[in-house]
Amino acid sequence: MSGVRVLVGTRKGAFILTSDESRKEWDVTGPLFAGWEMYHLKGSPVDPNRLYASQTSDWFGQTMQRSDDGGKTWEPIGNQFTYQGEAGTHQWYDGTQHPWEFARVWHLEPSLTDPDTVYAGVEDAALFKSTDAGQTWHELSGLREHSSGHLWQPGAGGLCLHTIIIDPTDENRLFVAISAAGSFRSDDGGQNWTPINHGLKSEWELPDSDAEVGHCVHNLAMHPSRPDVLFMQKHWDVMRTDDGGDNWREVSGNLPSDFGFPIEVHAHEPETIYVVPIKSDSEHFPPDGKLRVYRSRTGGDEWEALTNGLPQEDCYVNVLRDAMAVDTLDSCGVYFGTTGGQVYASSDSGDNWAPIVRDLPAVMSVEVQTLS
Amino acid sequence: MIKVILPAHLRTLANVMRDVEVDVPEPVTQRTVLDALETSYPMLRGTIRDHVTQQRRPMVRFFACERDLSHEEPDAPLPDEVAAGKEPYWIVGAMSGG
Repeated sequence: MSGVRVLVGTRKGAFILTSDESRKEWDVTGPLFAGWEMYHLKGSPVDPNRLYASQTSDWFGQTMQRSDDGGKTWEPIGNQFTYQGEAGTHQWYDGTQHPWEFARVWHLEPSLTDPDTVYAGVEDAALFKSTDAGQTWHELSGLREHSSGHLWQPGAGGLCLHTIIIDPTDENRLFVAISAAGSFRSDDGGQNWTPINHGLKSEWELPDSDAEVGHCVHNLAMHPSRPDVLFMQKHWDVMRTDDGGDNWREVSGNLPSDFGFPIEVHAHEPETIYVVPIKSDSEHFPPDGKLRVYRSRTGGDEWEALTNGLPQEDCYVNVLRDAMAVDTLDSCGVYFGTTGGQVYASSDSGDNWAPIVRDLPAVMSVEVQTLS
Repeated sequence: MIKVILPAHLRTLANVMRDVEVDVPEPVTQRTVLDALETSYPMLRGTIRDHVTQQRRPMVRFFACERDLSHEEPDAPLPDEVAAGKEPYWIVGAMSGG
């Protein structure tokens, strides 16, 4: 019998939510790593029992955890993330140059083919890789050493590499996104990188609104059947590319606000995408106090509000960039977590929603594993 | 044996009870105590001191014998009571909040 396992990272620990394919009754396990900030947990697509987790603390820094039994037990793994060679400098908030300093792991992306290989996106922005199940990490320094690196600047949340996408047809082709540097693509397994930001416009954030780098990309999403099509939630604007990032065009259409953080693609409909509009960069909550997921079945431009089961008054939570995911059951499930501690699920592509839990700590990440 | 008291988060990480005892070769200093602690509990590496610089993390404090040793030289001898195993060496998460 199939089912789903939802991995939830929060400000004060991790939770694992499990259900059968009906997705009506849920078991809640947690808090795991109670009191720690759990930025991200993700399972290997090759071995669903292999989970990786980023565990961090302002006091005690970065630690990492791995489970080999689907989250029942965990063991600490390597937590040394050392920049390769001279770390160099990037742009600081005041325009001066500032040394690259490791702070934390924002995102983990397990390999599509090898359970022992996993990528880590970190703050200050860099990409690390482990090929020994997380025991040791080495930097793919070609990204940080890109000629534009000194121009990258931290967003409000820090200079973080928060999105990693592996092309399922060519594992050497990688996409990453950095706040606030933009999107980058590697075609050689992460050795060399090309900024892919042509078409982005950041009138209110950059003096040169269509600069090669510096854009505050919040999240990217891809359907595995179409690796040249990427969707982007930028600081402002929802964008898409049909040529692997070489050119982007805006598809915000009729959204009530095109500011937001996560973006996701339906598991079986490559032109169906989801965003959660947020009022503005200075007011990180839904417009009009209504928590609405917006769905486009046309790959953008035309959007419909999904509200059934979501609070439609007095709701002032946020949904962070890694806090939305989809399962791959026949009737696609969509999940998201809020800074108010709710995790909502829809088992019918977003038509109807219900909370799985209501009172967790602020949710930082949501990932879903579809189990057979 | 040197008694070391860890903060709650690090006890959980190291899967230990409140007090830890580590065998520390002479001289007994903050550096040698932390080296011994990290040898016995490698998962603590990087959580108390930076991996590379070995500098104390900013929000970690070291106490012993009712003194704050956080700003002492890492190679300075620890108090005799700590070296004799009579008093514990405290690793503390800095007070923070509001």
